[in-house]
Amino acid sequence: MEQRQKAIQDKIREKARELLSKKAVDLVIGFGEGTLPLRATPIFIRTPEEADRLIWNSFCEHNLATYLHKFSQFKVGLVVKGCDARSIIALGREKRFKPDQLFLIGVPCQRMVDRRKVKKAFKEEILRASEQGDEITVEGEDFKKVLKREDFLYPSCQVCIHRTPIKTNVLLGDPVEESPLVEMHPEVKEFEEKSPEERWRYFEKEAGRCIRCYACREACPMCNCMECFVDSSNPKWIDKGLSPSDLEFFHIVRTYHQSGRCSGCGACERACPMEIKLTYLTQKLNRDVKELFGFETGVDPDAPPPLSTYDTEDRQEFIK
Amino acid sequence: MKLKLDKKNFRPFLQSLMDEYDLFAPVQLAEGVSVYKKIDQPEEVDLSIANPQKPAKEIFFPQSETMFRYEKAGKENRVTSTEEVKRKRVLLGARPCDIQAFSLMDQVFAGKEYTDTYFVNKRKATTIIGMGCDHPLSTCFCSSLNGGPFHREGSDLFLIDMGESYLVELLTDKGMAFQKNKFFEEANDKEISLAKGVEGKATEKVKASIPVDGIEKRLDQMAESPYWERVQEKCLGCRVCTYLCPTCHCFDIMDEAVTNKGRRVRNWDSCLSSLYSQETSGHNPRPTNRERTRQRLMHKFNYFPKNFDRIACVGCGRCILYCPAHFDIRQTIKEIQRD
Repeated sequence: MEQRQKAIQDKIREKARELLSKKAVDLVIGFGEGTLPLRATPIFIRTPEEADRLIWNSFCEHNLATYLHKFSQFKVGLVVKGCDARSIIALGREKRFKPDQLFLIGVPCQRMVDRRKVKKAFKEEILRASEQGDEITVEGEDFKKVLKREDFLYPSCQVCIHRTPIKTNVLLGDPVEESPLVEMHPEVKEFEEKSPEERWRYFEKEAGRCIRCYACREACPMCNCMECFVDSSNPKWIDKGLSPSDLEFFHIVRTYHQSGRCSGCGACERACPMEIKLTYLTQKLNRDVKELFGFETGVDPDAPPPLSTYDTEDRQEFIK
Repeated sequence: MKLKLDKKNFRPFLQSLMDEYDLFAPVQLAEGVSVYKKIDQPEEVDLSIANPQKPAKEIFFPQSETMFRYEKAGKENRVTSTEEVKRKRVLLGARPCDIQAFSLMDQVFAGKEYTDTYFVNKRKATTIIGMGCDHPLSTCFCSSLNGGPFHREGSDLFLIDMGESYLVELLTDKGMAFQKNKFFEEANDKEISLAKGVEGKATEKVKASIPVDGIEKRLDQMAESPYWERVQEKCLGCRVCTYLCPTCHCFDIMDEAVTNKGRRVRNWDSCLSSLYSQETSGHNPRPTNRERTRQRLMHKFNYFPKNFDRIACVGCGRCILYCPAHFDIRQTIKEIQRD
């Protein structure tokens, strides 16, 4: 393991141990070793002795802020990357937790590896994977190959310019350079280049695979409505089956409800078992919100979220 | 008798099936994402992915199914049945785990107590052409659950991929109906032993290793165990594991009606959703993820065995592969057996 990451992992463990020993928190939510290669898993640490189960690597892809609603009765130490910390700030604006309920353990992010992209590069099953600096080594029954980490990053991570988490209680490791690897989310770029008809066809094809498992909703920290519109029976907004119009309706509303709230972490897309592209929509809206209102989710804790703010001086020219 | 089907004849064979049957087989919807679907063109069939994301259960138990349609025209009420299966069907390319799951679902939908017309009619009309699973994954544990990558039970015909051709076994009366199929040739000894080799290698890969023996009794003692609090922690409460499970079979019935006509629909439902157990009064007997996660595991490993003497898991590994929080049921089984 690369020195930097090993050092961060040690610091995460140390901090967790300290917080739990001092009883400053009831539990620490962080990442643990997965049972499959290329995967980490959320873990919930309650004693200092367990702190050594915490890990840090390029497979720590989950946005752990989504677990906060489950632990609203506890003081939580939470391991956060840049995007996760932005979600926390946005949730804070919506008063979704008590201010002293959280201890944020910030980790400057090295950008996360897209496990599906790695998997698709091989015909055979990957049985082991490890990380050495800028390289990932994957092994199967009859092969071993070294890949360049940079070629296998999540689209959301490639464009990220907020890798260093802000407003955390502690920052483990030095802030990282905030420049994107690519200027624009590759799928947003493709989408913008399409004609309206082509855009619709693309959207239709993606949404058409939806199985209504709501993994995208549950993985998203911002999807925390007491009752999601899809679950409401009175009034009933949407039927429960797989008709294309219902699937499309769900996806459109889910996306729009994220405008000005989405941190662009990509958890929704990673959660989808049918590999439906979702971030081309949310990241597109993020771009629009930035262009129209100069607002980025969770970057300035004092900036009011534009879509839930009323101002008599609101400019109207963008409404056409 | 052992036969073979040359891969050069595979598409014409599919076409011949389609002339007589409605054909259902795996179709790739996006790179690496596939489902079982009714085939319109033989080219759609894609057997390259061993196990599509969505299991084959939806051929008999569709995710969303119209139970009947109704219409009020003047003083007349018209109800149209959707029970009948008009054309014979073939399900091709399902793997032994998914096929084994049908026999578990039979217990519920075609068991002693109830007969579900919708399920049974489709089941009766269908010939199953199973396929040996020659590349089982490390997440597969079928052999721990009375199955195996070449388990034939439930298949009417069984195919084994030999590279240039498929070895074809006719296993039941429905299968024997294909004895004179013009695309099948007699397989020679060399081919039969080649197929045996493929089978042996795959079977060797999936060794029974998940300790399920006695799990039902263990769980009898665990209804109020603090373990459930721990095991539920990472569960996000989505429905991936239940919808992609070949044995999960819960459903919800809804009316979709506008003005004077509508239909009654049944949709898959999931015990991991809070809405599943929500009562009209607002009371929810399974108020948190703890009760819901427990329900999922209890149903598979305790209630189902109590009712039908079999565990409701076939070890396909989908819940492990696709859980967004990376919940691993193999670990859970081991922990239950250890704790």
